[in-house]
Amino acid sequence: MTDYDAVVIGAGHNGLICATYLAKAKHKVLVLEARGVVGGCASTREFVEGYSVSDCAQWLSQFDSGVMADMKLKEMGLSLSAPKATISLQPDADHLIIDGDKVSGAGVDTDDAAAYRNFRQMMQRFAKVLKTLYHGRPPKLVEKNWTDRITLMKLGLGLKLLGKGHMQDLMRLALINIYDVMNEYFNHSAIKSAVAIDAVTGTNMGPRSPNTVYSYLHRVTGEYLSGSGTTQVMGGMGALGDALAASATAAGVEIKLGASVKSITKIEDKVSGIELADGTQISSKIVVSSADPTTTFKTLLGYHQMEAGTAKRVELYRNRSGTAKLHLALNGLPSFEGLSADQLSQRLLVVPPLDDMETALNPMKYRDISEHHLFDISIPSVEDSSLAPAGHHVLTALVHYVPYEPSQGWDEAKPALLARLIDQLSAYSPDLESMIVASELVTPSDFERSHGMTGGNWHHGELSIDQALMMRPFPGSTQYATPVDGLYLCGAGAHPGGGLMGLSGRNAANEIIKRGALS
Amino acid sequence: MNQYDAIVVGAGHNGLTNGAYLAKAGLKVAVLERNPYIGGATVSRELHKGWYYSNCSYVSSLLRPEITRDLELPRHGLQVVPFGGGATFMRNGDHFGSYSDHDRHYREIARHSKRDANAYDRYAADTSLQTKLIRPYLMRTPPDPTSLKPRDLRDLMEFAQSFMSLGEEKLLDTIKFWTASVGDYLNEYFETDVIKAHMAGSGIIGTALGVYSPGTAYVLLHHYMGDVDGNVGAWGFARGGMGAIASALSKSFLSFGGEIICDANVDEIIVKNGKAVGVALKDGTEYRAPIVVSNLDPKRTFLDITNSKDLPADVVKKAQNFKIRGSSGKLNIALDGLPVFNGLDPRNRLMAGDLHFSDSLERQERAYDDWKAGTWSKDPYLDMMIPSLTDPTMAPPGKHMMSVFVQYAPPKVEGREWTDEDKDGFEKSVIDQISNYSPNFRDLILHCETRTPREIEAEVGLTEGNIFMGELTFDQLLFNRPFPGYAQYRSPIKGMYMCSSGTHPGGGVMAAPGANAAREILRDLKRPNTVPGGYADD
Repeated sequence: MTDYDAVVIGAGHNGLICATYLAKAKHKVLVLEARGVVGGCASTREFVEGYSVSDCAQWLSQFDSGVMADMKLKEMGLSLSAPKATISLQPDADHLIIDGDKVSGAGVDTDDAAAYRNFRQMMQRFAKVLKTLYHGRPPKLVEKNWTDRITLMKLGLGLKLLGKGHMQDLMRLALINIYDVMNEYFNHSAIKSAVAIDAVTGTNMGPRSPNTVYSYLHRVTGEYLSGSGTTQVMGGMGALGDALAASATAAGVEIKLGASVKSITKIEDKVSGIELADGTQISSKIVVSSADPTTTFKTLLGYHQMEAGTAKRVELYRNRSGTAKLHLALNGLPSFEGLSADQLSQRLLVVPPLDDMETALNPMKYRDISEHHLFDISIPSVEDSSLAPAGHHVLTALVHYVPYEPSQGWDEAKPALLARLIDQLSAYSPDLESMIVASELVTPSDFERSHGMTGGNWHHGELSIDQALMMRPFPGSTQYATPVDGLYLCGAGAHPGGGLMGLSGRNAANEIIKRGALS
Repeated sequence: MNQYDAIVVGAGHNGLTNGAYLAKAGLKVAVLERNPYIGGATVSRELHKGWYYSNCSYVSSLLRPEITRDLELPRHGLQVVPFGGGATFMRNGDHFGSYSDHDRHYREIARHSKRDANAYDRYAADTSLQTKLIRPYLMRTPPDPTSLKPRDLRDLMEFAQSFMSLGEEKLLDTIKFWTASVGDYLNEYFETDVIKAHMAGSGIIGTALGVYSPGTAYVLLHHYMGDVDGNVGAWGFARGGMGAIASALSKSFLSFGGEIICDANVDEIIVKNGKAVGVALKDGTEYRAPIVVSNLDPKRTFLDITNSKDLPADVVKKAQNFKIRGSSGKLNIALDGLPVFNGLDPRNRLMAGDLHFSDSLERQERAYDDWKAGTWSKDPYLDMMIPSLTDPTMAPPGKHMMSVFVQYAPPKVEGREWTDEDKDGFEKSVIDQISNYSPNFRDLILHCETRTPREIEAEVGLTEGNIFMGELTFDQLLFNRPFPGYAQYRSPIKGMYMCSSGTHPGGGVMAAPGANAAREILRDLKRPNTVPGGYADD
C-alpha cells in the first residue's frame, strides 16, 4: 500500500493542472513544491517592499480555454484584463499599433495592413491544423497503434483540407527562418520586427535562425487555443497560480510547499516514490514530474537509475535561453513619447529592424554582453494598483539577448548591463530613470536558481523542431511516459511544450488515466 | 532553319547530361552555351601559362556513378583520383589530421582526445545511416505530397515506408538530423574544438548559414553522400581538373549525335500559345524546338530568360523569393613551389588533402557573423587544396597550383556592389590567414586569381555566385526544390523544363538533376526511357 497514488513534483501550472485532473479521476494526489509559493512560472513576487511583479511570465495569451473552463479558474478568483494591443515603439514616436489582426501607426498603409491580415490568417489556418496535435498525446509514427494512427490521419486530413497552396506554404515555411518570411510578406520594417520578436522570445535564436517560424507558429497555436488575446492577470501572474492551487485543493489534491524533492526512488525496476531533502520518504504508485527533463532525469532520478541511451538523450537535450527579465520600481508613471497614459497599460515593444535584431544576438553566442537589446514591456500597475503603493508603479520587461553566464561572470557584468538597459529604455522615456526607486535584473542563470529551470529556459527546453511535437522532449519519452517504469512527465518539457498553456499537464493526466497506470 | 527536337540552355554538367540522355533517346538536341567554352562551373582553364585551374568547382565526389557508367565517361577520358584525408592547422602550431586509414585516423583523434576517438565510429555509423537513406532518392523525381496522382501517391508511400522501416527512435533521430545545426550534431559526439571544427566545415561550404544554424547538418550530409569508385564519402580530383568531367560528358553527348553551340547567349525563351517553341539569342538568332530545357538557376530561368507574361504570377513570385545567397569566394593561386606549413612535414600525405585553418566552431560562427553584417569574413573558413600534388598535369614540373575556397563572401558588400578595393581586401584576408601558418607561402605566389560572388556570377552565370544554385535549406529541398508544386522538372509552360542544380537533388557536380529531368521529358514525349535509375548500391 502506497502513501499516494501519484506524487507530482512541482506546483507550477502544469503540475497543478495534471494533479487536478488525476484527483478528479478519484486518485489520491500529492503535489510537492520546493519553493514557498505555488505557481512556478506563474507567480507574483514582491521584489522590493511594496512593489510586486509577475516574476517570470508577464502576459497570459496561450492558456487553453478548455483547461481554463475545466479548472473553473474564473470561479476560483482569476481575473483577466481586456486583451492588450501591442505597441512597437519607434524612435520618431510614431508608434506601430497592432490590435488583433489590425495594424496602424508608423506610416502603415493599406497594403501593409492587408499584408498583415493575410499573414495572420494564414498562420491561424496552420494553427488550426496543429490543434489536432496539441490537444492530445503526440502520435508515434511507426508503432501500429490506433490512437496514434487516428491522430495522424486527422493531421493528414487537416493538411489536405488546407488546400494545395496553403499546404505547400506550410511545408515550406515550417522549418525556415522568420527573417525570410518577414521579407517575403512585408515591406514595413517595424511590422517585420514586431512579428519576429514573438518568434524568438524565450529562445536563443535570432530571426535568421531556421526554426523560428515554427516557434512563432507555436505561439500562434497557443493564442488560437486560448482565444483570450494577450491579457494581464490581475494581481500578477501569481493570481493564476493561486487559482490553480485553489482548484486543485478543491478537487482533493494535497499541496506541500517548501518540500524540496531530493530524489526519485526506485525499487527494482519501478519508481516507488520520492525522498525529500529532509529525508522524508513518500511512496506512490507513480511519480509525475513537472520539472524540466534535465532536472527530472539527471538530478532527481540520476543516470545510474536509467539505461545509458536515455542518459545520453538527457545529456544532449538543449536548454539554452537568451531571455532575462528587468524589474523596475518607480515612484511615478513614466511618460513615453507619443503614448497616451492609457496606452501605457498595453504591451510595449522595443525592437530594432531585423538585421539589428540579428546583430544583437551575436555576442550571446560567445558569452558576451550585447550592445543593443529587445524589450517586451509591461507596466501592470497602470491597470492593477495592488502591485505598487498609491501613485507608484512597477515596470517589467522581457529582455533579449542575455547570455546564461557571460565570460566575465555576472557579478561583474550585471550592474553594467542593468545600467545599459535602463539607458536604452530612456531613449523612449526620458523621465524613466529619475523615477527608479529600485531595480532588478533576473538573468537566465538566476531563473535557473530561483525556479529550478535548467539553463533558465522558460520552455523547459529549446522549442526547436527537433525537440518539439513527436520528439518532445526526446525519443523514448515522448508520450508523457518515460523509459523508467512509473515515471511520467507533465511539464513544459513534454509536448506541446512551453508557454503558459496548460496542455502538457492535462494531456499527461489523460494519458496516465488512459494507460491505467493508477488502477 | 535551326530546328531541333530539344534545346538545352547552358552547357554546364547538368545541361550536358540532360542533352546526352535526350540525344541517346534519338532526339536531335542542341546545347547552347553563352561562354566560348563549355562546362559552366565544371571547368579547367589556363589562367596563368602552364597552370590549369579547376577555377570553380574543384573536387569530385557527388557525380552519380550510375551516370558515369551509363554515359561511359571513363571511355571519354574521365579519371577521378581519390585523395586521402586533410588537416586543420591550429593556432598553437599543432594540427589535426584526418586520415583515410581507419587506425591511423583513430590514433590521430586520440592524440587530441581519447574520448573523441572512441566516439568517432559511432559518429561515422550514424552519419552513414543518413547517407544510405538519401542516396536511393538522388536519381529519382521527388513525389508531390499535395498531389493525388497514383504515381505520386505510390512514390510517397514508398518513401514513407523506407523511413518507417527505421523504427520509431531511428526515425526521430533522422528528423532530428535533418533539422539540427552541424554544431549541435557534432556536439553530440565530440568534445574537442579542432575536431568539431574540422568536420563542421562540410556543413557550411557554399551555404549562407553558420555552424550553429539549424539545417546545416543536412548540408554536411550533402557533402558526404557522394563517392569515388564506390567509396561513399570519399572525394577525388578529376585528372586534368574538373573540366575533364564536362569534357567527358560533352564527348558522350556528341557521340549520340548532339550538337554544342558556344557563344550563344540566350535572350528569351519563345512561347507561343502557352507552349515553348524555341529560344532567341541576344544577337537575334533563333533556334526552334518543341522542348526547351533550362540549365540556368531558377531566378535566371524565370526572371531573365522567360517573359513574365508567359508565367503565372505565383511562379514569378516564387522565383523572386527563391533563396540564392552568395556566400563563397575563391582564390586560384599559381605557386613557384610547395608551401611549407607549420607542424606538418611537406611529405606528409595530408598535404594532398583538404587543408583548413579554423580550429574552433566559434571562429567559424564569427566568420558567418561577418557575412550577416554584409562583409567578407575577416577570419574566413578556408577549404584549401594543392591538386598538383595529386595530378601533376595541373602545373609545370616542380610548381604547384592551389585552390582556396573561401567561406564567407557576401553577394553585396554592405548593400553595395563589390568594388576592386573590396576584392583586394577580401584577397588579403585569405592570403594573410594562410601566411600565418605558412612562412614561405607569400613569396611563392606567381599569380592569384580572386573570385568574389561578383566574378563568379559574371563568368559562370550563377546568381550571387551561389555554388548550389539555391540554398540547401529544407524549404528548397526535395519536393520543395526549386518551388513547391514544380519539383518534377516541369515548368508552368508546356514544353519548358528545368534541369539545373536548382532542382532536386540540388547542387554540386552530381549530374542527377540533368538526368532526372531527361527522364521526365522522355516520359512526356512517351519515348522509352534512357536514364538509369538508382543502382541502390548501398
